[in-house]
Amino acid sequence: MSHSFQYAQPRQLSEAFDILDAYGRDASLLAGGTDLVVGLRNGRIAPRMIVDLKRISGLAPGIAETEGRISISAPTPLTDIITDRRIQDHFPALVEAARTVGSVQIRNRATLTGNICNASPAADTAPALLAYGAGVVLISRRGSRLVPLEEFLLGPRRTSLGAGEIAAAVEIPKLSGRTGSRFDRLTRRRGVDLATISLCCLVGSQVTRFAYGAVGPKPFAVTDESGVLADRESDPEARMALLSDFVAQATPISDLRGGREYRQAMLLVLSQRVLRTAIARRDRT
Amino acid sequence: MTENFVTFTVNGEARRIRVFPRTTLLDALRWQLDLTGTKKCCAEGECGACTVLLDGRAVNSCLVLAIEVDQATVLTIEGLETAGRLSRLQDAFLAEGAIQCGFCIPGMVMAAHALLAEMPRPTEADVREGLSGNLCRCAGYQRIVGAVLAAADGARS
Repeated sequence: MSHSFQYAQPRQLSEAFDILDAYGRDASLLAGGTDLVVGLRNGRIAPRMIVDLKRISGLAPGIAETEGRISISAPTPLTDIITDRRIQDHFPALVEAARTVGSVQIRNRATLTGNICNASPAADTAPALLAYGAGVVLISRRGSRLVPLEEFLLGPRRTSLGAGEIAAAVEIPKLSGRTGSRFDRLTRRRGVDLATISLCCLVGSQVTRFAYGAVGPKPFAVTDESGVLADRESDPEARMALLSDFVAQATPISDLRGGREYRQAMLLVLSQRVLRTAIARRDRT
Repeated sequence: MTENFVTFTVNGEARRIRVFPRTTLLDALRWQLDLTGTKKCCAEGECGACTVLLDGRAVNSCLVLAIEVDQATVLTIEGLETAGRLSRLQDAFLAEGAIQCGFCIPGMVMAAHALLAEMPRPTEADVREGLSGNLCRCAGYQRIVGAVLAAADGARS
C-alpha cells in the first residue's frame, strides 16, 4: 500500500465521534476490513484516517435478542452469525447467504454491517436482509435512527450513512406466523466469487416477498400480496405471470460473469426454485 | 508519518514491533519477523496463500492491518512443529504427496489446521468447503484433500 493514513482505535463512542468530526469524509470506518483493505490497496479509497470500531465499549461483537427483533452489532464476524442458534432458527436464509460470502478466512473477519455499508450491487447478504425487512441502526452524537435497508442502500457503493454517523448494528424483526425462506445464488465457482445473480424468497400464508441482488444498481425487493405465489395449488400460469413481472423489474448489466439476457433468464429459473423450497420449508414447520 | 507499536504473541512468543498503520499483518510477519513461510500472492483475499490463525481463526493476513492485532495471538506455519517435529497434518501432506510446487501449501495447511481443530472428523465435503478459500495453481486438490482426511481423527495412520 503506497498511500499512508492514520489509525485510531477508540475505546469510547464519544472518542469515535470526535475523530469523525475532525476528519469528516477523510475518515473511513473499519470493522472486518475485507473490503476496506482491498480498497486501500488498489487506491479506490484514500482516507486520511481509519477508525477501528472493534474495541469500542458498547459496540462489542455480539447478537442480542430483544422483544420482537434480533440485533447484530457491527463488529460481529459472519462466522458468528452463521453459527448462532437464534439466527439459524429465525432467519435460515440469512445463514445461507452469509455462508456464501468469500471463504472461511473471509467470513472469520467480514461483518454483516460492513457488507451492507460497502453497498455492492452484488452484496450476498443484502437480498436476505431485504426479504426479512431488516434495518440499519445509525448512531451519532445526536442519537440513533433505524433506517430500513431499502432506504439505506442508494446505489452502487452509496448509502445514506451521514457525516458523523456510525452504522452500529443490523436489526431484523422476528417473523410471526408460519413462514419459509430460502436464499440462492449463481456463481461461476464455489468460494471467493461474486454473485452472477442472487435472490431470497420469504413466503408466509398470504404474502410472498422476493429480493434480488446483482441484477441492478442496488439490491431490491418485490412483494406479492395476492396470495397467488404463497398458494402451492394456485394456477401455474398465474404464478408464472407474477414471477415474470418481478423478473422484468431487474435491470442487469452484461459483464464477465454473465450477459444481461442470461441473468434475466436465470433469475426466473432460480425464482421458481427458491419459491418452491421456501414453501416446502413453510409447510414443514 | 506515525509509527505505532504492536505487541502480540506469535507462535507462542511475545513480540513487539513498530509498524505503520498501512502495514499488513502479512508484511509484518514476512519482513519484520522473518516468518516467510506465510506467502504473499494475490494480496486481496482471493487465494489464501497468506492464511494464518488469528486468535484461533483462519484469516487472510493480507487483509488484516498489523496494527489491528495488538494483544492478539497469531499462529503461522512455522508454529506448527513441536520440538523439531512436524505436526500430524504436515506429515500427512508429505505422505500423501500433496505438495507440488509448494507455494500454496503453508496456507492450505493453516486452513486445514483450523478446520481440524474445529471439526476433528470432517467429511470430504467439509474439507473442500474448509479449503475453498485456498487456490492451488498446480491443481493438486485431490491429494491435498486426501492429506487432510488422512490427518483427521479416526483415519488410519
